[in-house]
Amino acid sequence: MHSVLFIVIRRLGLGVLTLFAVSVMIFLSVNMLPGDFAEAILGQGATPEAIAAIREDLGLNKPAVTRYFDWLFGVLTGDFGTSFAQANFSAFAGEATGKGGIGSVAAQLEPRFMNTLFLAMVSALISVPLSLTLGILAALFRNSAYDRAVNIGTLSSISSPEFFLAYVLILFLAVLTPIFPSLSNIYADMSMADRLERTMLPALTLTLVVTAHMMRMTRAAIINLLASPYIEMARLKGISPFRVIVVHALPNALAPIINVIALNLAYLVTGVVVVEVVFVYPGIGQLFVDSVKIRDIPVVQACCLIFAAAYILLNLMADVLSIISNPRLRHPK
Amino acid sequence: MADTNPLVRIRGLKIEGRSDEDWIQIVNGVDLDLNSGEVLGLIGESGAGKSTVGLAAMGFTRDGCRISAGTVEFDGIDLIAADAATRRALLGRRIAYVAQSAAASFNPAHRIIDQHTEAPVQHKVFSMSNSQADAMELYERLRLPNPTEIGFRYPHQVSGGQLQRAMTAMAMSCRPDLIIFDEPTTALDVTTQIEVLAAIRDIVEQFNTAAIYITHDLAVVAQMADRIKVLLKGDEVEEAPTRTMLADPQEDYTKTLWAVRSFQRTQKPPAPSSDVPVISIRNVTAAYGSVPVLHDISFDIHAGRTVAVVGESGSGKSTAARCITGLLPPLEGQIEFEGAPLPRDYRKRSKDQLRQAQMIYQMADTALNPRKRIFEIIGRPVEFYLGLRGAEKRRRVEQLMEQIEMDPGQYIDRLPSELSGGQKQRIGIARALAAEPRFIICDEVTSALDQLVAEGILKLLANLQDSLDLSYMFITHDLATVRAIADSVVVMKEGRVVEAGPKDEMFTPPHHPYTDLLLSSVPEMDPDWLTGLLEARGVDNIGDSASARMS
Repeated sequence: MHSVLFIVIRRLGLGVLTLFAVSVMIFLSVNMLPGDFAEAILGQGATPEAIAAIREDLGLNKPAVTRYFDWLFGVLTGDFGTSFAQANFSAFAGEATGKGGIGSVAAQLEPRFMNTLFLAMVSALISVPLSLTLGILAALFRNSAYDRAVNIGTLSSISSPEFFLAYVLILFLAVLTPIFPSLSNIYADMSMADRLERTMLPALTLTLVVTAHMMRMTRAAIINLLASPYIEMARLKGISPFRVIVVHALPNALAPIINVIALNLAYLVTGVVVVEVVFVYPGIGQLFVDSVKIRDIPVVQACCLIFAAAYILLNLMADVLSIISNPRLRHPK
Repeated sequence: MADTNPLVRIRGLKIEGRSDEDWIQIVNGVDLDLNSGEVLGLIGESGAGKSTVGLAAMGFTRDGCRISAGTVEFDGIDLIAADAATRRALLGRRIAYVAQSAAASFNPAHRIIDQHTEAPVQHKVFSMSNSQADAMELYERLRLPNPTEIGFRYPHQVSGGQLQRAMTAMAMSCRPDLIIFDEPTTALDVTTQIEVLAAIRDIVEQFNTAAIYITHDLAVVAQMADRIKVLLKGDEVEEAPTRTMLADPQEDYTKTLWAVRSFQRTQKPPAPSSDVPVISIRNVTAAYGSVPVLHDISFDIHAGRTVAVVGESGSGKSTAARCITGLLPPLEGQIEFEGAPLPRDYRKRSKDQLRQAQMIYQMADTALNPRKRIFEIIGRPVEFYLGLRGAEKRRRVEQLMEQIEMDPGQYIDRLPSELSGGQKQRIGIARALAAEPRFIICDEVTSALDQLVAEGILKLLANLQDSLDLSYMFITHDLATVRAIADSVVVMKEGRVVEAGPKDEMFTPPHHPYTDLLLSSVPEMDPDWLTGLLEARGVDNIGDSASARMS
């Protein structure tokens, strides 16, 4: 077990290092965006003096290196900074800004991020078991009519634009047969059942988007192993085809499947802007797009950091799980 | 023999294999009868269709093969006409299979005993706990170490020879009437092979199981089979009881098989001690990471001589070769070429130093780039080392092809996949010769080839040595090859040289006990050889256990 532990710790260390590198890249690229908050908020009638005053106020005049380290140390202590857009209002209201206050990025992000996680979780709970089942069955009945139908179905759904899938679902499940509401505006004080009902349509849309990839990888990873001598051995022992696939092939096909699942879960957290817009779902994606529009740099940076962390964390988990799925590492000689 | 109701009865079996879009017949109408409790040996070269016939006796064909005609009856049940469920009910329960490579045929994700009990539990022959208890008894009977505990390990935690015996135990798990043994010892070292052979024979006799024993090794089949059937390119050549077949083969092809092992070069006189050896390995110690593999080994290879390096897998033979070529820089000691030390790392060697030591590999299949034509494969070192281009290069490639006795006009523009195994190995030789080296390392070059083809390769290497004054280091675990081609022998065990000397001395006693074990483990044609050896040495003094006792 020591070797596994060692590998896991090393991967964790690498993950932290990657996150640090990503934070530098985020900071640099956000700062390279044309225009700044001061110009964006004051609009056409901005006088140079007004712009300079706002810049001074927000600390935009400090050198980039100083700003980066200010930001980094803030993040390390849980303070993602103050939202520029909120800062103005809070300044007028005379309230404290910064960590935990009304204008703080953290306070603004938290409910949005929780909503996004909720949507991702619901989508994952539907799509992961679904695509594993479809993939295993497709491997079992490979080259049959079922196999082709599943392949065509999932490929067409992944090839269609997300908003199109969303509107098709709205048409059939909200308009023609009103099962689910077409608007997914959820609130903090909603009951779980209401939340689930309202989240169902965006979750189904996302399921259609991510299923093809996972299902095809499951199918391919299993079929890849079917020529192995140990699969032939299992067949020659008179084991049923279903058991051959599930007991003998699947455990050895887990590593690539886990990796693809992780990639798709990361997509569910970070890539759902369009779906959120269509269903008016108050997630982090919408906030991100709005903040880019008005150059609210602290929010943009925080969103980017969260997205990067989600990718790194999920891939890290996939790495660790595929290491654990390897009996050679779990049971050294 | 002429039992009215044989256990297996195959008539007019024809099998086709798919090649691109066409179906090509690979078994052309074979008949086969097997009575209960009888062992039939099925022999032939690779491509003879022996494994295909063996699997067909289970009613099974691999992907890309189909049974096109004939009947296969097992105990009166027509396996070809039967539906999949009927066949599955027989497989594992009444017909079992032992594959060539246990390491590949055990599922790496499950413990050995779970795979052992799967068939009995699924077929409802034994309960899980009964089957586990039975597995331990079988392991004990097959002389596996720690029989009560070994099953609870994963396949990668157990050695190859032990795994092969565990697979034989697994085949026995439902007490079948028939077991198909498909080259069960081909992948093993001689010392390990003998243990597995003894175990298989013992257990087949004990439970009076019928068996089809597939192999290309005549000496092995002589120990195991009551009757032998010889196949050639999908046709039956002849069939007879083992002793009759050995004493009096009828067909010409069978006679050539029996005669294969006759090629033997006389040993050249040892080089005068004043001669500077071509390659000299001096006190080399090497390791992979922190795992030590070689411990202070030294030996010399003289001009025009062949040194055979023998030992089991893991003894450090191939590592020694990697040290000589500089692929694995030794930790201590040095390699000298004609008296001058070579840099340890190949990256620090000059082109001329690299040119002098070439390699020929075991698997010609993987050693040749499948997308390059023969002209490019041989032409690359010609251009790289000798700087020849254009017409000169082509002439040199043609010359090399003539040296390996392949017609340039016919083969020069082919891809490796369009050649037979023996031809591919010849291309491997030509590629090594293209650098015009003084010294060639031959790493198990004949072990993937059939005996007839292998003999052709050995003769070619011998002729090339005489005409070009080459020195060979011949890595092998096959003592018949050593006898055929070596001038001197180095015996390695666990990274050390245990004995070294001229070939003739090595094959005459007294030996180091390990050399003795190696020599005595090589199967002989005599059908009583294994019985005699077991009596002489004792069942516990063979194979791994005897080898372990020495260290």
